[in-house]
Amino acid sequence: MEDIIQIEIEDRDGTTQVIEVPTDVNLSLMELLKASEYEVLATCGGMALCATCHVQIKSGAENLPEPQDQELDMLDTLPDADNDSRLACQLRLTNENEGLSIKIKGALQ
Amino acid sequence: MITTDICIIGAGPVGLFAVFEAGLLKMRCHLIDVLPQVGGQLSEIYPHKPIYDIPGYPTIRAQELIENQMKQIEPFKPTFTLGERVDGLEKQEDGSYIVISSEGTKIYCQVVVIAGGLGCFEPRKPEIVNLAKYERKGIDYMVKNPESYRDKKIVIAGGGDSALDWTIYLTDIAKEITLIHRSDSFRGAPDSADKVYELAQKGRINLLLSHNLADVHGAENLSHVIATNKLKEEVKMEADYFIPLFGLTPKLGPIAEWGLNIDKNAIEVNTMDYSTNVERIYAIGDINTYAGKLKLILCGYHEAALMAQSAFKYVYPDQKLSFKYTTVNGINTF
Repeated sequence: MEDIIQIEIEDRDGTTQVIEVPTDVNLSLMELLKASEYEVLATCGGMALCATCHVQIKSGAENLPEPQDQELDMLDTLPDADNDSRLACQLRLTNENEGLSIKIKGALQ
Repeated sequence: MITTDICIIGAGPVGLFAVFEAGLLKMRCHLIDVLPQVGGQLSEIYPHKPIYDIPGYPTIRAQELIENQMKQIEPFKPTFTLGERVDGLEKQEDGSYIVISSEGTKIYCQVVVIAGGLGCFEPRKPEIVNLAKYERKGIDYMVKNPESYRDKKIVIAGGGDSALDWTIYLTDIAKEITLIHRSDSFRGAPDSADKVYELAQKGRINLLLSHNLADVHGAENLSHVIATNKLKEEVKMEADYFIPLFGLTPKLGPIAEWGLNIDKNAIEVNTMDYSTNVERIYAIGDINTYAGKLKLILCGYHEAALMAQSAFKYVYPDQKLSFKYTTVNGINTF
């Protein structure tokens, strides 16, 4: 099927599931996580201002867009960020991202 | 005491437009904002960014939109308290309210409208179990008085400008200073980073790169900070003070204690009029939530208009509200 990819999501408690993602509607990973009923605050609505949509990329990082300064600055403020950290709101998924695997890490308050 | 009809908490685009909608119905507004200027996120975070979804403006810079809105509400003579955070709310016997700020400013009003956007930006706290135990007992989230660190052992954590700048500044004041950063490079200003590397080379500061915070220890007061490297090996440092500098993060702040129904940092409202579960308190713009909510300035404007129609009954309980168009009636200044 075209324009549908599968990505694997691990929640904070370790539960993992694979979800199907349409790639022709220009959704960000943050919007997808919210639409899939995952607990993500996304306080700032996708402006890369709050870092509550922090995710760890377990595999497939090389096919994601390069982070811009704003995202890197924000990641830098996260005490629990690591080299495989990204902000889900800055990741627009395309067909390239088939098989992406992530873990949700964003703060809940 | 300031007396007004409606006290609007938050002077961003939605709070400002609420002044206009209230003004059409002859209701006076006073706005209070923790930021030192009006405009909220638009002025503070992205003043030069173009916005494309304001009706009638194919494109408009954020700051320009705020300037236009200020001009638009001039006839209604709003008053402002800026640079103060709303801390308290006192309900009066007749249902009216007194809003109290962090600086003790009191605003007497019939209706409270929360247009707080993202809320207040507060220091981001690392998720360490014992952190709260030592707040104000050795853990500070901002440097208020550098002199209080004289001849003390200080641990700073963070990799941004403020962590770098304070490390440099406090080197001459503190007895011993350690900077912990999770990465092996700094994204702060290159000059500051060079200076920090230089201080580390000269042995004037301890620099712990590629380390994460793990724990804090102490008896009554803080005594140690523990960090781990990528192999989870622990480093234990003596510390009179620990200053985690991880930037700011938006929080609801004291509003969260007002008995409002809150879902995920946002205030639940009734879409009939954007009222909250507490009588005479409304919430409009990014700070509210309801089924189908979109965080758009555009939607906040609509919410402000419906709020004003509903708030009228508290400000003028004896009058009947008749809806009027500005094209027919113009606007009547106060």
